[in-house]
Amino acid sequence: MALDVAAGRAGRPAAARRPRVGVVKLASCDGCQLTILDLEDHLLDLTERFEFVEFAEATSRRSSGPFDILFVEGSISTPEQAAEIVRLRAAATTLVAIGACATAGGIQALRTAAEHEAFRSAVYPVPAYVESLATATPISAHVTVDAELRGCPIDPGQLLELLTAVTTGRRPQLPDQAVCVECKRRGIPCVIVARDLPCLGPVTRTGCGAICPSFGRGCYGCFGPREGANVEELAGDLRSRGGRTDAEVGRLFAGFTGATPEFRGVTDRLGGRPLLPLAPATAHVAGEHDTTPPAWRPDDARQ
Amino acid sequence: MHGSDLRFQVHNLTRVEGEGSLHLLVRDGAVAEARLEIFEAPRYFEALVVGRSPDEVLDIVARICGICPVAYQMSAVHAFEDLFGVEVEPATHALRRLLYCGEWIESHALHIYLLHAPDFLGYPSAVDMARDHRELVAGGLRLKQAGNRIVATLGGRAIHPVSVRVGGWSKLPRRADLLALRPALEEALELARATVHTVAELPAPPFEREPRLVALHHPQEYPMNRGRIASSDGLALAPQAWGEAFHEVQVPWSNALQSRGADGLPYLLGPAARVVLDHEQLHPLAREALAETGALESIRRNPYRSIVARAVELVHATAEALDIIAAYEPPDAPAVAWESRAGTAAWATEAPRGLLFHRYAVGDDGLVAAATIVPPTAQNQAAIEADVATFAPRVLDQPMDVATHTLEQLIRSYDPCISCATHFLDLSVERQPQEDAS
Repeated sequence: MALDVAAGRAGRPAAARRPRVGVVKLASCDGCQLTILDLEDHLLDLTERFEFVEFAEATSRRSSGPFDILFVEGSISTPEQAAEIVRLRAAATTLVAIGACATAGGIQALRTAAEHEAFRSAVYPVPAYVESLATATPISAHVTVDAELRGCPIDPGQLLELLTAVTTGRRPQLPDQAVCVECKRRGIPCVIVARDLPCLGPVTRTGCGAICPSFGRGCYGCFGPREGANVEELAGDLRSRGGRTDAEVGRLFAGFTGATPEFRGVTDRLGGRPLLPLAPATAHVAGEHDTTPPAWRPDDARQ
Repeated sequence: MHGSDLRFQVHNLTRVEGEGSLHLLVRDGAVAEARLEIFEAPRYFEALVVGRSPDEVLDIVARICGICPVAYQMSAVHAFEDLFGVEVEPATHALRRLLYCGEWIESHALHIYLLHAPDFLGYPSAVDMARDHRELVAGGLRLKQAGNRIVATLGGRAIHPVSVRVGGWSKLPRRADLLALRPALEEALELARATVHTVAELPAPPFEREPRLVALHHPQEYPMNRGRIASSDGLALAPQAWGEAFHEVQVPWSNALQSRGADGLPYLLGPAARVVLDHEQLHPLAREALAETGALESIRRNPYRSIVARAVELVHATAEALDIIAAYEPPDAPAVAWESRAGTAAWATEAPRGLLFHRYAVGDDGLVAAATIVPPTAQNQAAIEADVATFAPRVLDQPMDVATHTLEQLIRSYDPCISCATHFLDLSVERQPQEDAS
């Protein structure tokens, strides 16, 4: 991972203007940008150190750039977003993709072109009113990404580490170890060995602090596959233990980072892909030309 | 005849969760169109949960919203447990209320202090507001943090907690874990009581109307996870039966399905509806705070007063959280055993923004075959449009920036969560007088 902000700005005097920071979202749940607002103890200090020039969820002041640092949450899921990310990239010195949607496509990336029409018709009675791309894709599929914070959601500690690294002009320390290493460090008994629970910890990058094993369940892969993860061996092991079906093991990999090549490979082989056909949408349809605003009472005529 | 058309286009509404715009067409001084355009990209959750087991669904639907993931887990888990005939431990019922209290505190404090109060005090953001009112904003952040700490203690992290399972929990908190929350919650309770008085003093534009209010109602508890679906006009439906009185509607201008009553009319969900319909079930401290403001009637009639309802619920949630912690005795096992059963699982709970209905068809294989998820903001869209249409004519003689701000503030008073509804709100204004062709 390259972090250009450190290299690119090393020569700048420390007392110069505050870095201009943008926070934008694409297709996502808002949880990763909310993690910034959840840094309650640090938030007001951070706003003195960084100038948040664009953060629609938090401020009515808007900016289309330029940004020294731009945090992008969400995947690319519509034609507008595919165009917008190119513009945003050009406006940003350092672009940081935050969260599973931005770095891996998110849960919505489980749909492929094969499922797209069925998905649309299952939710919307008139799919033509709604625009979306056949697939949802991570930011890196469209533009160069300078740094990534993984997770669903991102980890507040990793976010602070990245911001600190940017401020002091060094590379952020974001370890690429398995969740297993974190369990060992914290003394959490292995949930695969001790309780025969399905767990993606051996192939998933740590960052969360092994939350799921510490809460008595298996890891479900929020931070995505770590480098060189042996997913096939784990998938085989999970199948042979506990009498799980292929599809059950496949579905375990079809989570919030399930569109990564490593995890998708397992699901494609074992099953667990979205099931077709889907029941059609049940919502009513408003008349296309019915643009009269709703009224609280039927006799509230406004003309 | 000749008239003039005024088009307001409020692009990219800010300080809301998600992406949306407001489109308003005023013809001869009357509102001809009022459309809340939600262009948050669709993510197709109702299709994504098909083929999944109930516990997998709890993890997936949380991702509909980073602000209220607990709400999605609560509606789903109660729907499945209702279908499977699961009776959870009383302690699990109490802990789920505690988890919901945490989410209400986090979500309401976020909205009051970071998103909504700046409107009333004339700042573009809480950060700007903090330059003049640092203690106020810092207190709001500590309140929010107290809520987040509850969720993280019970679920491992503040956003997308991991421990809610069908039948109970993957792991129970120890008494000591909960007792550790007390100092922060005791401070939060005092902050919440002060918040009620602060926001009750904020000047609200004098807009009044008679909305139809809908919320869960339970005789013994302020509504969260159980109760009947009640309304200001006498509805009393089982929580599985949302579809008997309401239906979803797709409109061409929104990526979020709207909802209407059986009569086709809008209805309003959320803190104002709950406080009005359920104020007798509020915690005594919250009831007292509400009584001191004398604001109950204005909360019902004036949408800008929803901030007072939200603050009253902050008192309720912090006070009840402390009560639950004081009474907590861990049950023997984190979860009770359960068996799947084919059929329709349906339930409604009270998300921070209002009633959240889920319905799942569960097959013989124990997997979901179809799903309907009806978020509160999606249901509130028609109410927002009705209010904008009602109030817009009264601000049209004001300068465009003032009119726009007043309407944007109106929309923010619903705390719209567009990521839930699909998710977006954007506000820019275009004034376009033109000759009417007719």
